[in-house]
Amino acid sequence: MFNRYMLIVIDYNIGNVKSVCNAFRHLGCDVELSCDRRKIEAASALVLPGVAAFGFAVNALGSLGAVIKDLVLAGKPLLGICVGYQMLFDESCEFGTHKGLGLVSGAVVPIPPGRIIPHMGWNKVGLVDDMSLFDGLDGEKHFYFAHSFYANVTDGSAKVAYADYGFNLPASVQKGNIYGTQFHPEKSGQQGLQVLRNFARIAEGKDA
Amino acid sequence: MLTRRIIPCLDVKDGRVVKGVHFLNLRDAGDPVELGTRYSDEGADELVFLDITATIRSRKTIVELVRKVAENVFIPFTVGGGISTVEQMDELLRSGAEKCSVNTAAVKKPDILTQAAQRFGNQCVVLAIDARRSKTRAGHWQVTVKAGTEATDIDAVEWAVEGAKRGAGEILLTSMDADGTQKGYDIELTRAVADAVTIPVIASGGAGTLVHLYDAIVAGHAEAVLMASITHFENYTINQMKEYLRSRGIAVNL
Repeated sequence: MFNRYMLIVIDYNIGNVKSVCNAFRHLGCDVELSCDRRKIEAASALVLPGVAAFGFAVNALGSLGAVIKDLVLAGKPLLGICVGYQMLFDESCEFGTHKGLGLVSGAVVPIPPGRIIPHMGWNKVGLVDDMSLFDGLDGEKHFYFAHSFYANVTDGSAKVAYADYGFNLPASVQKGNIYGTQFHPEKSGQQGLQVLRNFARIAEGKDA
Repeated sequence: MLTRRIIPCLDVKDGRVVKGVHFLNLRDAGDPVELGTRYSDEGADELVFLDITATIRSRKTIVELVRKVAENVFIPFTVGGGISTVEQMDELLRSGAEKCSVNTAAVKKPDILTQAAQRFGNQCVVLAIDARRSKTRAGHWQVTVKAGTEATDIDAVEWAVEGAKRGAGEILLTSMDADGTQKGYDIELTRAVADAVTIPVIASGGAGTLVHLYDAIVAGHAEAVLMASITHFENYTINQMKEYLRSRGIAVNL
């Protein structure tokens, strides 16, 4: 009924989710924006975008959160972006305390004061060789960030790539089939498109 | 290390990019999607689209424009001009804009900043301030609204601080005195605002040479520089701007 290699970008009625679809489509991927549970279950991989405040996003996601969590724990690849990435963690304290999906251990906390906040613009990420999202990219690359909170990753089984913002700012995580970027690959020009291309390959089961 | 941003601004009227002096005498500068794509290919860090007609009819056009741009351009862009409700912001963000800028509406109803920040996060909320040098108080600037046509007695620096407190995540600061002159940014204004807030400030109005960009960053403490005329009419490419800034020790995404 549904294409095996379809990427589903979770539509939970918030912010700029369209850009993620546009970017995958630009790459020739079979992608659909949907909140239909059957499609989400049938998808080869899921993308959880998010431009919103954390609490608003978690509430908007509602019961889909548990559905996604079960599918991901059963092995479906998931890419979380920005607030979608932050929701992978246990909790956030943006405008009150809110529970995340708890897929990766850590808490979302404010960027420490003493610098310009939000962390907004292009920052260099030190790429980690064995993180599949960075296949085909070497050394350090600039990606676009726009956030005031960050995930303090405490999960020993997660691989983490960092950016320097006066402290080591976790920019991307990978834990098994769970992937996330604090930056916006869909807004990070060619190198961002490469990250999405890599995730599409993971979705097709061609992870190098 | 976070790099300084180069942001071409596209003033849009009736679906075309235009540029004037002091917001008047508009010259046609091309198709917004085409120009936006060109700037993205040339290495622009971000784009700003300002709907300078900002009528009910133009609102439809701008949503359509945002959609088209978002299908073709994979760098962030901000949309502004006549935005007066959180619902309008939602529509623009959902259509593919990364951020929305508010100006007049924020002055009239500052709550819009807080509501938008709580819903979208403050990184989506840009407070646009059009400031004019005060004729009566030296070292002060007055906020103007309605595309610079209406003066208020609000102090620009105080308004920037207030706006940040209420939820703005960035300030797009335009000098009405310098806009369109190509004689350089108002450095004093830029620094006064940038030093008073901890959110990023985009310097706008007056860019004419590469040195102007450098000055806005180094002397004006701007996180980003916005320009229109000098890119639309091809005085400099984005690459030339970045090469120049890098040669003078400023971190850029090149």
